[in-house]
Amino acid sequence: MTSVDLVIIGGGSAGMSAAVAAYDAGLRNILLLERGNALGGILLQCVHNGFGLHRFKEELTGPEYAYRYEKQVRERGIPFKLETTVLDITADRVVTAINSEDGIFTVQAGAIILAMGCRERPKGALNIAGTRPAGIFTAGTAQKYINIDGYMPGNEVVILGSGDIGLIMARRMTMEGAKVKAVCELMPYSGGLARNIEQCLHDFNIPLMLSHTVVEIHGRERVTGVTVAKVDERRRPIPETRQYIACDTLLLSCGLIPENELTRSAGIPLDRITNGAQVDQNRQTAIPGIFACGNVLHVHDLVDYVSEEAEIAGRAAAAFVQGKNTAPACEIALRTDGKVRYTVPQRITAEEDVRVYFRVADVYRGVTITVRDGEQMIFSKKKGKVAPGEMESVTLTAAQLSKVKSGCLEFSLCLDEAKGGESA
Amino acid sequence: MYDVVVIGAGIVGGMISRRLARLDLKLCILEKENDVGMGASRANSAIVHAGFDAKEGSLKAKLNVRGSEMMEDIARELDIKYIRNESLVVAFAHERESIRDLYERGLRNGVKGLSILEKEELHALEPHLNPELDCALRASTGAIICPFELCLASVGNAMDNGADLMCNFKVCDIQKTDGGYTVTAADGRSVQTRYIINSAGLYSDKIADMTGDGGFTVHARRGEYMVLDKACSKNITTRSIFHTPTKMGKGILITPSAHGNILLGPTAVDIDDKENRATTPEGFADILAKTGDNMADIPFNQVITSFCGLRAVGDTGDFIIRERDGVVTLGGIESPGLSASPAIAEYVEELLRNAGMNAEQKADYQPRRTSLRAFGEMTPEEKNAVIAKDPRYGRIVCRCEQITEGEIVESIHKNPGAQDVDGVKRRTRSGMGRCQGGFCSTIVLEILARELKLDLTEVTKFGGGSVINYRKTKGGI
Repeated sequence: MTSVDLVIIGGGSAGMSAAVAAYDAGLRNILLLERGNALGGILLQCVHNGFGLHRFKEELTGPEYAYRYEKQVRERGIPFKLETTVLDITADRVVTAINSEDGIFTVQAGAIILAMGCRERPKGALNIAGTRPAGIFTAGTAQKYINIDGYMPGNEVVILGSGDIGLIMARRMTMEGAKVKAVCELMPYSGGLARNIEQCLHDFNIPLMLSHTVVEIHGRERVTGVTVAKVDERRRPIPETRQYIACDTLLLSCGLIPENELTRSAGIPLDRITNGAQVDQNRQTAIPGIFACGNVLHVHDLVDYVSEEAEIAGRAAAAFVQGKNTAPACEIALRTDGKVRYTVPQRITAEEDVRVYFRVADVYRGVTITVRDGEQMIFSKKKGKVAPGEMESVTLTAAQLSKVKSGCLEFSLCLDEAKGGESA
Repeated sequence: MYDVVVIGAGIVGGMISRRLARLDLKLCILEKENDVGMGASRANSAIVHAGFDAKEGSLKAKLNVRGSEMMEDIARELDIKYIRNESLVVAFAHERESIRDLYERGLRNGVKGLSILEKEELHALEPHLNPELDCALRASTGAIICPFELCLASVGNAMDNGADLMCNFKVCDIQKTDGGYTVTAADGRSVQTRYIINSAGLYSDKIADMTGDGGFTVHARRGEYMVLDKACSKNITTRSIFHTPTKMGKGILITPSAHGNILLGPTAVDIDDKENRATTPEGFADILAKTGDNMADIPFNQVITSFCGLRAVGDTGDFIIRERDGVVTLGGIESPGLSASPAIAEYVEELLRNAGMNAEQKADYQPRRTSLRAFGEMTPEEKNAVIAKDPRYGRIVCRCEQITEGEIVESIHKNPGAQDVDGVKRRTRSGMGRCQGGFCSTIVLEILARELKLDLTEVTKFGGGSVINYRKTKGGI
């Protein structure tokens, strides 16, 4: 069995950023494994712009953003294998993979970075009644047909779910001559970025039907229409609001699920909210030497944050291989109050500045984000509006962390009553 | 001129074809859909029933018990998955009597391996069952099988032994001729034959009207199912769990599939429309409630897909299998049709011989077929030998089920070859995993287009008007 210092699983934005960071931290014996036929992952089919505003202060398309990192990978001569699928990883870091050239092969890794990304929630998981004709696609599948293959899978479209890919595809299909009749969103708010609602729906007069869902799919061979209905506050369809919309295509943008099958097979504990591994500030999982970053860890809103997170994991994995990892200085568990749904990392083991990312459970206006050590408030920040579609972050300083006594920090949202704080 | 034409390439038609294809006959299988096994054969509980359920003395009872006995050998010859996982019929205290009745009926039907489990044994065996369940009938000969594979393999094996398959052949007329029949399709194609097997499932009554042996009706009974992610199977069961039966059928089951998912269903609702395979909110609710009676904590948030099958229910309560003027009519082959299918084939051959068909076994008859699963089940060393010869076996297309390009290409060229995306799915399981084709369907489409020399706008999901891409994009070349 060959040995490699660091195996990175996934050559999308997370995997490439992690590889570059690990290389720059001094690692040379790296192997980047990508199942697709090019580096870049899902960015390659995201031909719209808006990537890289934070990182590069410019608006790049997905392929342009990916190419900036691919170039760095190539310049450094970091070895990578394409069309290579990892079949299994073990807790002692043996990676089994398959491709056409090497067949099935195993590698003993000094460290592993998990960067497999996420998948879209399929129709089957949504329990929509009706037929199963052609014309039902996840938004990302339709995006691939249009942007990679150059084919149009629909003319009259209804989109269920207002996740970012769904919003982007509403605009993309409109520009290709399709009629997008409605975007239905089960929740009373969109799960996508505010700027996408503006630029992809409002600018094209595409109706966003909040608190609506698709209750039935019609059509035998190809979709002929869908029945939509408004839902009550418990998200149950209200029968008298049922309405039929004729269409030949139903796109689904109903959530992304981190692809953690390999993580599970290695016995790495997952976070029930993120569906990704539980990690420390270095993005190290519960198994030493196995790290995770990008959408396999938690679904990000912006790729800029993916790159940032992957660099943390890349540097930490390099330090692990180089034996530079010091013993944990502390063990602080991060907890949430439910309004804050989750944090990444979930635990902190070093007294250094740590940026903690989180998402909230609902749209709230006029809130204070607080972090408490028992009764002691160690951080607070006022915010005009927070929403599930936008990732938030708080930076805790080494000084603050060194004073934590209870071994636990609670992240919560206080609705600011003086300002008329409300749940929207 | 064919000796025998089989109308309907479901499991029953397939098994009959396979049996007849060993004889020195010219055989043709006609199928109205783009692929074989598109009726009840693709949406059922996939259980080889032990045979205690059917009324003693009925054809159903006789052929089920015999078919169930034959199935394991046939599965071995056809290289398809057959797992003797046992069946349990569970009951609450007030239903004890029906368990005893079933047990005794099973004995009268000649079913081997039956026993009654008392409460303690039952819960020791199946720790996740509702603790209030009182007893169960245990059938050790109960088994599960992959219904897609059974149908594909039987038709494929018949083709390997010389049978012809014509798809999209929607029979609209049958005329008696000198010494046989002319069978004509809606698109104008026609075939001549000496004998006809009418195994047209839901439409066997319509075909029987054309052959002049009608007089019965077949109606559709909807059965809805939900499929759970493989990851939760280990905390549910390895056995097929029934509740005591009702007159509408064997009730809603909890059963593993041959590929390791848990299947919940079927519901049972009689409907008029023989093409209506829509799932319903009522069906989902019914499955939740009825499976909940037998087992709490089923992870319904792990449902990866749901589907609906239509059983072909006859009006006599039993299978209708008869021969007249060289036409064998099979009507109302509902459950246990799959289980009985090997015995049905045997019985149909006997009817044909009684009607004067005379044929010897072919010298070069090949009963064996290799399944597409072969690659997936190889050792890493064996796989590497295959990949070295054909690198396409090293390229994973379906990441959830780990299906390679090599297997997909094989499914397109192996009898009966896949013609559409769903055809590839049923043959290889590509797209059947937790992402339900989100990633691989676009690649499968490209491979189908390449192998069948079609444009991407011409590849369909399941034939007919089930197109996937309408046209090129504005910038498409």
